[in-house]
Amino acid sequence: MNTEVQSFIQKHDLLGCIQCGRCTGGCPVNTRTDLNVRRIVYDALDESMLDELAKLPEVWDCTTCETCAIRCPKGLKPMEVLIGLRNILVESGVIQPTVRDALESAFREGNPWSKPKATRSDWMQGLDVKIAVPGEKVENLIFVCCTIAYDPKVQVIAQNFVKVLNKAGIDYGFVGDDEVCCASEIYNMGEVGEDGLFEMMVEDGTELLNSFDTTRIVTLSPHCYDALKNQYPDLQAEVIHYTHLLKEILEDEKLVFTKEFAQKIVFHDPCYLGKRNDVYDEPRYILNQIPGAEQVEFSRNRERSLCCEGGGGKMWAETESHKERLAEERVRDAKELGATILAVACPFCVLTLDDAVKAKGFEEEMQVMEILEIAGKLIE
Amino acid sequence: MNNKPKIGVYVCHCGINISHTVDVEAVAEFASQLPNVRVAREYSYMCSDPGQALIREDIKNEGLNRVVVASCSPRMHELTFRKTLAEAGLNPYYLEMANIREHCSWVHGDREKATAKAKRLVAAAAVKARLLEPLQEKEVDVEPASLIIGAGIAGIQAALDIAEAGFKVYLVEKTPSVGGRMSQLDKTFPTLDCSACILTPKMVDVASHPNIELLTYSQVEDVSGYVGNFDVKVRKKARYVDMDKCTGCGVCAQECRLTGRIPSEFDEGMGKRAAIYLPFPQAVPAKYTIDPERCLMLTRGKCGKSPKCVDACGTGAINFEQEDEIVEFKVGSIIVATGFDVFDASRKPEYGYNDYENVITGLELERLVSASGPTGGDILIGKGDDAYVPKDIAFIKCVGSRDKSVGNEYCSRVCCMYTAKLAHLLTEKIPDANVRVYYMDVRAFGKGFEEFYDRVRREGVRYIRGNPSEVFKRGDKLVVKAENTLTSTPVEDEVDLVVLAVGLEPRRDAREIIDILRLSQSGDRFYMEAHPKLAPVDTATDGVFLAGCAQGPKDIPDTVAQAKGAASSALVLLSSGKVKVQAQVSHINEDTCRGCGYCVEICPYSAIELVTVNQFGHEALVARVNDALCKGCGACVAGCFSGSAQQKSFMDGQILPQIAALGVMR
Ligand SMILES: Cc1cc2nc3c(=O)[nH]c(=O)nc-3n(C[C@H](O)[C@H](O)[C@H](O)COP(=O)(O)OP(=O)(O)OC[C@H]3O[C@@H](n4cnc5c(N)ncnc54)[C@H](O)[C@@H]3O)c2cc1C
Repeated sequence: MNTEVQSFIQKHDLLGCIQCGRCTGGCPVNTRTDLNVRRIVYDALDESMLDELAKLPEVWDCTTCETCAIRCPKGLKPMEVLIGLRNILVESGVIQPTVRDALESAFREGNPWSKPKATRSDWMQGLDVKIAVPGEKVENLIFVCCTIAYDPKVQVIAQNFVKVLNKAGIDYGFVGDDEVCCASEIYNMGEVGEDGLFEMMVEDGTELLNSFDTTRIVTLSPHCYDALKNQYPDLQAEVIHYTHLLKEILEDEKLVFTKEFAQKIVFHDPCYLGKRNDVYDEPRYILNQIPGAEQVEFSRNRERSLCCEGGGGKMWAETESHKERLAEERVRDAKELGATILAVACPFCVLTLDDAVKAKGFEEEMQVMEILEIAGKLIE
Repeated sequence: MNNKPKIGVYVCHCGINISHTVDVEAVAEFASQLPNVRVAREYSYMCSDPGQALIREDIKNEGLNRVVVASCSPRMHELTFRKTLAEAGLNPYYLEMANIREHCSWVHGDREKATAKAKRLVAAAAVKARLLEPLQEKEVDVEPASLIIGAGIAGIQAALDIAEAGFKVYLVEKTPSVGGRMSQLDKTFPTLDCSACILTPKMVDVASHPNIELLTYSQVEDVSGYVGNFDVKVRKKARYVDMDKCTGCGVCAQECRLTGRIPSEFDEGMGKRAAIYLPFPQAVPAKYTIDPERCLMLTRGKCGKSPKCVDACGTGAINFEQEDEIVEFKVGSIIVATGFDVFDASRKPEYGYNDYENVITGLELERLVSASGPTGGDILIGKGDDAYVPKDIAFIKCVGSRDKSVGNEYCSRVCCMYTAKLAHLLTEKIPDANVRVYYMDVRAFGKGFEEFYDRVRREGVRYIRGNPSEVFKRGDKLVVKAENTLTSTPVEDEVDLVVLAVGLEPRRDAREIIDILRLSQSGDRFYMEAHPKLAPVDTATDGVFLAGCAQGPKDIPDTVAQAKGAASSALVLLSSGKVKVQAQVSHINEDTCRGCGYCVEICPYSAIELVTVNQFGHEALVARVNDALCKGCGACVAGCFSGSAQQKSFMDGQILPQIAALGVMR
């Protein structure tokens, strides 16, 4: 018997599966792609099929929202099976060029966006940003995220955070030029395993972050939050999301939203913040402090939030489907609620939902805004 | 007096359980050479009749006065062989067992080493056998009465059986009425008998039986003593209604200022009651109770100008000054029949139970289909003019069962069948309804269950294989998001009503009884039986038995069967009138005891107390063991600082040489 395959079955506890269908039933992309993770878990029990399974294009349709794992009654993680299959493909070297480029860029430049390391802090230009110095005490160490750092469409998130921090008089410091990717998406694209790129980046990242004298690391993206919190076992500092800190700031009245913002706001729970880490109340608390705003809720909110399809490597591996994107379904639902602001707390959600608003032609009636962008507006 | 020890050693093959890894002939041969050993034999099954006969014969013919049996764990057959010794006229405590099965053949593979280990175990047992002393088994009288905690169908059935046998029963029920969950059900699977029709007569019987003292709205506060002689303390909570005067007419409830304002527990919150209430029309006793947390008089000391219930009551039964009453009595046995809680569906937020009024639980649907329920048996969702009859209805099975994500790995055993039952009742009540059942397995294991499941399917209830993942709202429909796993198609099924087949859980207040009776819990957190197969109604505490869903999820037929089993076990005790108490108890040497009291603190059975004795004219405190309470666990022996506590058959002078013979001490 092939012991390596045996370990695939064991590693993913495939023999524990009872084929109940909750994983596929809950899978958000099952309405628009052929991905059937229950079938894959079943087929993977046949060791000789693994290589074939790894070649199925739908293996790349998974957004790693983790619904399948959360709902599984037997404690399996079907999503990890898909990542395991991606790993088989990555190791075989036959992968989509976009994915290959992202992985290579993460290795060379410390970000998956094929951007030079040297320009990571360019978004800071013109702003009064405090940079943390290794060994010097700082209460809040801010971890930006590659997407926010490089993508002009979401750089506003970090820029507004600086405004918030300065105005509230918070003791903080950004990691700065040395910051490298948290590797969450590297993991999701299958660069895992003992000598994989992911492991290497976790080791290096841990060393870098531990060199700072801080009690907590504040992440801007839920994806970095999830990775640092759950996949960096040796980090010394506590890891929080910025919504935790912003809630604290508002509670302590270090900052008060005084400007009127007469909008109907619906909050979209990012999978990596909500489902995967149970952070539901902080964003809602913040939005509740906005004078003049009305908060409405999606029927599919909190634990039932609909994934925007931004994670799981999807930025580099698009799903080929002619059916409506989930982000488009989401903005339709928001419009039905009469929402004028679709608030989010994740850079990927901003990108997918913003595209969806444009694709649907809803720009007139609705705007996608990151919570920090709203906060920035209210303290100008 | 005993003269020189003459030991017989009997090595068992246990079929091939022992002999496949241990050379039993070699062990017997080795044993025959040990000091004081008169005979040593091996035999295929020592526990069999001929096996025991061998021992008896040798005791007679060879004059044996000690016996070593090398076989299985003493838990298995120590009692068997003690009896063998007694039958041959030898004190049964002259037996020593060497466990060469669980401790040897079952856990080792190497025949040579296993044989060597078996030899050592036998040699050590022989050393101890030489040092054994005869013990006398004591008997105590049994109080001819039984306490039953919980008056659901389990407690009711057990009470009736024991009372019919002529013994006194104290039946204690926490709520104002007997009946338990069964009283909330409409019809019962698989035969569709009306639940009230078969239950109510039994409820009335317990109330009227001359041998049953019914204590409703009461709670057991304390139990002390031991098998055959338990002292029980029960708190009868104040009902604020004089039971002797109340006629159950119900005028008070009609007049109560809070009528129709308080969610009725019996109707799962869907119906409303007053602050003075009868839980349901057939309640037993048919006496009203005032809810002390709601009643305006009791919470604020004021209710309008004067409480309307008082004005309305024709017999002057209402008494706001009433106080809790403590009742004390003695019983010989106890049956725990406290039942279950249904799984709290809000713990699976993905099904939207807290968000949508048309997501309900199976138990709520029981109340909706019941003629005595909040809608008079009409299936109406929503309130007032907005109420509607659902047409597309989906059941979701295994909600809170077989689900690690909520910590319940077990199957609740009733949901498959109650789903089939409720689906049937819905198709009967709403002929054009389109009912589907989402399932992962259908478990129709009981008598008549598969036949019933067949019938329900043929009536048009669609079974779709796939456990749904999510329920959300789209327009005015609920969407059940699932996969039909038989066709590998994802479905978004739009329905008007979702019924969650919630599982059974241990009661949230289960700890109360654990603390009082020192019960254990199994992995599923239900109360644990003494042995899953051979002692299914017993507990680790002698004289305490289990019945019904308190021990694990079960349907009514199984609940009643177990209740009858528990009643019969209790009756064995009561009718024999005597109970043997443990002979291998701990004993404290009062000459060396310093009265520190540490053993009193650590004894898990409260069997030790400090007493004052006269030592050479001085008063001194010493610890003393109550033999009837002591279980021989040895905690006091291990804990004693002065070595004064010694357990009979396990005294230092007996076990230290045994350990030495094992070669552990040099
Ligand atoms: C929705 C649903 C439908 C069902 N339908 C069927 C069916 O059709 N057919 C069938 O065979 N089975 C059915 N069952 C199962 C059935 O309800 C149980 O088998 C039965 O109720 C078990 O009875 P019990 O006496 O063990 O427990 P319970 O009915 O729970 O009774 C326990 C009693 O003990 C009392 N109690 C608890 N703690 C204490 C305490 N500390 N002190 C004093 N009293 C206490 C409680 O108040 C209660 O009165 C159904 C179950 C559910 C949830």
